[in-house]
Amino acid sequence: MGQISLNQVTKSFGDVQVIPPLDLQIDEGEFVVFVGPSGCGKSTLLRLIAGLEDTTSGHINIDGRDATELPPAKRGLAMVFQSYALYPHMSVRKNIAFPMRMAGLDEATQTAKINAAAKALNLTDYLDRKPGQLSGGQRQRVAIGRAIVRVPAAFLCDDPLSNLDAALRVGMRLEISELHEKLKTTMIYVTHDQVEAMTMADKIVVLRAGNIEQVGSPLDLYHAPRNKFVAGFIGSPKMNQIDGAEARKHGAETIGIRPEHLQVSKTDGMWKGTVGVAEHLGSDTFIHVHETGLMDMMTVRITGDIAARHGDTIYLTPEMDKLHRFDAQGLRQA
Amino acid sequence: MSRAITTRKKVMWTALAWAFGLLMFFPILWTFLTSFKTEATAIADPPVWFFFDWTTENYNVVQERSNYPKALTNSIIIAVGSTLLGILIAVPAAWAMAFVPGRRTKDVLLWMLSTKMLPAVGVLYPLVLLAKWLGVMDSRILLIVVLMLINLPIIVWMLYTYFREIPGEILEAARMDGANLRSEIIYVLTPMALPGIASTILLNIILAWNEAFWTILLTTVDAAPLTKFIASFSAPEGLFYAKLSAASMLAVAPILVMGWFSQKQLVRGLTFGAVK
Repeated sequence: MGQISLNQVTKSFGDVQVIPPLDLQIDEGEFVVFVGPSGCGKSTLLRLIAGLEDTTSGHINIDGRDATELPPAKRGLAMVFQSYALYPHMSVRKNIAFPMRMAGLDEATQTAKINAAAKALNLTDYLDRKPGQLSGGQRQRVAIGRAIVRVPAAFLCDDPLSNLDAALRVGMRLEISELHEKLKTTMIYVTHDQVEAMTMADKIVVLRAGNIEQVGSPLDLYHAPRNKFVAGFIGSPKMNQIDGAEARKHGAETIGIRPEHLQVSKTDGMWKGTVGVAEHLGSDTFIHVHETGLMDMMTVRITGDIAARHGDTIYLTPEMDKLHRFDAQGLRQA
Repeated sequence: MSRAITTRKKVMWTALAWAFGLLMFFPILWTFLTSFKTEATAIADPPVWFFFDWTTENYNVVQERSNYPKALTNSIIIAVGSTLLGILIAVPAAWAMAFVPGRRTKDVLLWMLSTKMLPAVGVLYPLVLLAKWLGVMDSRILLIVVLMLINLPIIVWMLYTYFREIPGEILEAARMDGANLRSEIIYVLTPMALPGIASTILLNIILAWNEAFWTILLTTVDAAPLTKFIASFSAPEGLFYAKLSAASMLAVAPILVMGWFSQKQLVRGLTFGAVK
């Protein structure tokens, strides 16, 4: 259970087509992340799968059954919303029970499932509280609890961690990954944060303006981005992209080199530049290099600490086997 | 220094607010005082304020001459009945307009409000003919329906503004959780909108209670509510101010008490509702 396929699905709002014809196959048990800049259509795509938006054309199949015309309640999917969307007038217990109540499960089964979910999500002490009395992280857990009790064909998560602070986000990210390991249920997860996408996904779908730019495993996307957009979007800090004469020297219109694939020297190297800002993270140092004559600013990532001061001259040498080459259309060259 | 100015300003505004409040309250106070005077004191010139022989005579006479309990019962049935009927119709209507708006929703809302701008007397003749033809003149059911129709735009508008405040994602969550439209309205929407629905009910009971044009014109005896009860003391007997005041006090007392106890809900209803 939990196989979803989209065939030539489109969505228009009035005259504006936000999703051009799109095909996508999601396999059973996969953790799929939709990622892309804001307004790229990733949430719309998720809502189309959920049934909260109607498709303009095309078909959505869930477990081999055509679900295009089914209402959300009949699709057997569970969703975790960005705003959590808990029922404010119900206690945590009733919130978690709601989908089971709608499904007509008997009281004993409901209670057992609520207690199991509460235990798994550390909510046992809060079952009788209202959502208003919980912290952001706890509310998020309730939303997840409400989603898991009904054993859905797939979980849909609409950027569920974006309202949490950084520390909590890392913790919840881990919890969601662990939950997926344990339940093995198909999960479709929308985020704008490429770090979340890289760390959680089995398969990443990179979207831009409703188009799928690339589908692949996180490391596929990192090592072999299909075009300049994916190359720039996946990886942090961003890949350095160089156009012009220097690129043609390497037989391409644009060459890309990730900050971590540049060697640094104070004495000699392929490219010469001046240190702008050096960000010391302890484990790593990010150096922003100016006046290379190649691009406005290049970023270099060095493991450990390095003494680099503003205005120092610095030499950079790319690891040639890590160089990415793109043609005039911005597509990856073999 | 700045604090001193703030205090002075505060005193000024408070005094102004009290002055306005008293001005608004004065007619009710005057009616209250007059209702305990004799007819002679009531028309005395210069007017007598607090120092007169207080008498409950007027109240006795008023109750002897007409059937207060019956008028009260009619008022309650008509006000509550028309409001509840209106709510029953307005909840689904407001739900549709708030959560699945179409291209013409705004126009429909404005059109409904525009019916309130039509002078009531404009539809008097057709309405009376229709009521006679149906044989429902001077019946409570007629008044319930007519007052419901009159207040329906306001009820829909108030509920619409309340529903608009409810985040759509919560209703979507209910849909994802397997709720059909009926369950969604009963278990999720209504409980969340309950404070709004309560103040809508309160305000509309008051509006229906005080409605005088239709209630006086469409009733004679059987369905006559308190508005008719007051009116009956002004016309046939000339102007007996003290008795008229006593009748008025009897008519407004129940709604005044209800309004006093539900002040908080009412203020919210007025500021969030139809005037927005």
